[in-house]
Amino acid sequence: MFQRLPDIRGDALSFTIDGKAAQARAGETVASALLLAGVETCRTTPVSGAPRAPYCLMGVCFECLVTIDGRGNQQGCLVTVQDGMRVETQIGRGKRELGR
Amino acid sequence: MTGADVLVIGGGLHGCSAALHLALKGVAVTLVEKDYVGRHASGVNAGGVRRLGRALPEIPLSVASMELWRRIEELTDDDCGFESHGQIKIAESEEDLAKCRARRAAVMEAGFAHEEIIGQDELRALAPAVSDHCVGGLISRGDGAALPFRTVQAFRNKAARLGTRIIEGVAVRGVARSGGIWTATLADGRRLQAPVVVNSAGAWADRFAAAVGEPVPLEAVAPMLMITERRAPFLTPVVGAMSRTLSFKQFPNGTTLIGGGYLGRADPDRNVAAVDVRALAENARTVRDLFPVMRDAQIVRAWAGIEARTPDGLPVIGPSATEPGLLHSFGYSLHGFQLGPIVGSLLAELIVHGRTNLPIEPFSIARFAAGRPA
Amino acid sequence: MIELGQVAHLDASYDLVVIGAGPAGLACAAQASAGGARTLLVDENAAPGGQIYRSVGATPLRARRDILGADYWTGEELASSFAASGAAYLAGATVWQVSPEREIGLSKDGSARLIDARHVVMATGALERPFPIPGWTQPGVMTAGAAQILLKTAGATATGRVVLAGSGPLLWLIAAQSLAAGRSFSAILDTTPKANWTAALAHLPSFLASPYLAKGLKLLRRVRREIAVVSGVTALEAEGDGRLERVRYVAGGETRTIGADHLFLHQGVTPNVNMASAAGCELVWDDLQLCWRPKADAWGRTSVPGIAVAGDGAGIAGAEAAALRGSLAALDALDALGLLPGDEKTRRAAPLRKTLARYDRGRGFLDALYRPAKSFRTADGDTIACRCEEVTGGQIRAAVADLHVAGPNQLKSFLRCGMGPCQGRLCGLTVSETIADARGVSPADVGYYRLRSPVKPITLAEIATLDQTEADVKAVARG
Repeated sequence: MFQRLPDIRGDALSFTIDGKAAQARAGETVASALLLAGVETCRTTPVSGAPRAPYCLMGVCFECLVTIDGRGNQQGCLVTVQDGMRVETQIGRGKRELGR
Repeated sequence: MTGADVLVIGGGLHGCSAALHLALKGVAVTLVEKDYVGRHASGVNAGGVRRLGRALPEIPLSVASMELWRRIEELTDDDCGFESHGQIKIAESEEDLAKCRARRAAVMEAGFAHEEIIGQDELRALAPAVSDHCVGGLISRGDGAALPFRTVQAFRNKAARLGTRIIEGVAVRGVARSGGIWTATLADGRRLQAPVVVNSAGAWADRFAAAVGEPVPLEAVAPMLMITERRAPFLTPVVGAMSRTLSFKQFPNGTTLIGGGYLGRADPDRNVAAVDVRALAENARTVRDLFPVMRDAQIVRAWAGIEARTPDGLPVIGPSATEPGLLHSFGYSLHGFQLGPIVGSLLAELIVHGRTNLPIEPFSIARFAAGRPA
Repeated sequence: MIELGQVAHLDASYDLVVIGAGPAGLACAAQASAGGARTLLVDENAAPGGQIYRSVGATPLRARRDILGADYWTGEELASSFAASGAAYLAGATVWQVSPEREIGLSKDGSARLIDARHVVMATGALERPFPIPGWTQPGVMTAGAAQILLKTAGATATGRVVLAGSGPLLWLIAAQSLAAGRSFSAILDTTPKANWTAALAHLPSFLASPYLAKGLKLLRRVRREIAVVSGVTALEAEGDGRLERVRYVAGGETRTIGADHLFLHQGVTPNVNMASAAGCELVWDDLQLCWRPKADAWGRTSVPGIAVAGDGAGIAGAEAAALRGSLAALDALDALGLLPGDEKTRRAAPLRKTLARYDRGRGFLDALYRPAKSFRTADGDTIACRCEEVTGGQIRAAVADLHVAGPNQLKSFLRCGMGPCQGRLCGLTVSETIADARGVSPADVGYYRLRSPVKPITLAEIATLDQTEADVKAVARG
């Protein structure tokens, strides 16, 4: 788990993770917001279906790929979370696919 | 100085195929490649194994080559990633369909029946994600695709196992013939001798041809390819289009490959090819128009390989017109991959038996001789 | 600074395009703009600072300046100098192409654009060196740098049993920052090879005279006082069933296992060379730092005319040196653009070079001491080398042995190694070094992935609309 330090302040905002309501602070990235909401595994690999979590948080590893507002395979660590944003994990082979 | 029966210059698919077929006939071959085998066009093309849409003079070779592709594992001990799910040229309009019918008639006239017309229903059954405006197409059902670099490497490795000496990372600086023997000088100073030379040096082949007094107006070009992220399976045949240049396919792993001969910048002197994204824009538009599901697909890679193109778009295959003991195999003009197996085989026949039953006159280098129209 | 909201607001061309808003890029853009160059700074992140000064203007830790330490806050000055400059700034954008002709392709929010630059400075910074150990792809394992980014950007730390493993100055800094934030670690597993001390001692005199020593000792003392440090770790494994549960390690010949909820890995940083390489800049293998870096002269000029590199992307030298190298690149750009009279460039560079030399002094010691062991740089057996395509070290070695695969580019066709979405960014070094190890040659003989644009993924629709005029786009929108 990850937690904000107790004296951290910031504007709260709401977004959804796989349709469920979640909270974040303004300025956080989608990947950070997922980790802080307790969602660690953000996708499974297309090769073996193994679970993956954000790894580098700096745009290099592409492990934090998620679907954001309907657009698939976005690097969660490079997108700032917005109020009302719809984030979907990419768990389950073939989930993020054709027609999106 | 070391000798061999045949010296092959250039380790593209054609050079490796010639080496393999010669080795199968017990000929001692040395193949010299300036980079590594399959470095340029042979290793980085779209991998189309296609009879569909070929220039009429190429069809007999292409049809014969397809027989070899069908038993490629027997030939090379590797499946080369070859899969046969057909190739289709999509018709986007009634005009396109008329072109399809005319083409089929011409192919039938030449004595071949592998190209067939399909209507909208069959097109949709074969390529469910195709755009609604597409009305049918031309199909060659036995065609398919293979993995280019893997294929070249398979030919190389089998040739090597049969005793071919393969020298990679060293360029041939020049060849000269004296007393019926060719001597090739390598960049590292080594000299190799052989009574027969095969010039399969791709975009660099014109330099060797010019050196023996038969210049060829070869243009070095750099066809580009793009590859996307994985998508859910939606396409098994390889598709092109009647009125646009395209080669589009999906691999079993879900990634898609987009090509069609859009050109980047080739620099054969520096041995580099650069991608030109502006030229790829039209290629991307074609895919977007024909397969709207691809709109938000992410391109993860694009690349270009150096390839040689002749003015008439036909390759140069067969004996030199000026020097005995020299055979050419180059200038495949962006569509030589499928011909690789058969041309290697017919060169081996020419070298060992002095003849081939396949019609190779249209590919003679003599067509570029001074005074003859190109 | 003029912040641009979208690619449509970009000019068709700039005198200078600087890529990356870390210390090198910020210093370069501010200085070039002040010198009269029409300058654009493009950055992938939402705010200036790069990774070292990540979120320096926006971190939620503004009220707790002690946590990140004084060095971090020096980034404020760089960011504010840049903010006060006249340079254009495009944040949250992806540069997916720099051609040798300096045509730059970039995207933001799904729109792509091509612009031209008379001069380019790539300040693409560093990446953490890949750390291929068994189990490193499991959730629960991330880079120590990632943990630090969470702290800087969200004021967040890991809870539960946290193990920090690896080697290098940043490892100790991260440990100290966590302690300052009131969060400790279960253990630090130090993988620095003990034999490195011998090699490092040769560089000791210059290190003693460098600015790093005092800082380093303070950090080490603080961390060692509060966290159990296991030295001489020679093997590491992240164990678990779908998620990290334990860390198994070998130290002093003994194997031990500790329970862990998080494992943070770090073994130094290496230059981020993908963009330079794709632009055609020649790379060289640096055998001391064990990485590829663009071949560059003292101004950062690469083998491609008009393209320079600055900062850690040109070779690891740290944040302070990065800013200085950014300034030097700016002077060279101004000179090339005809905006500096006579030998003004050399005159103004002299004091910068003097300071730079001070920072260079300690580098040899750090490089020698923190040179990671080969066993942690290469992959073997079932250990994954290419995370995207799940290619193992064993598969790479088998391809070398059985298929005569000589380098990383040939490997792609057989194993898809490096062909996933990260485009070989993460695995490039591991793959080059593993092939080199299997062949018994230097990575210099094996080479690196041949990279071409797009160096970052771009959608088909973005490419499709690239060379269309505004009228075309409108027609499509109407149709």
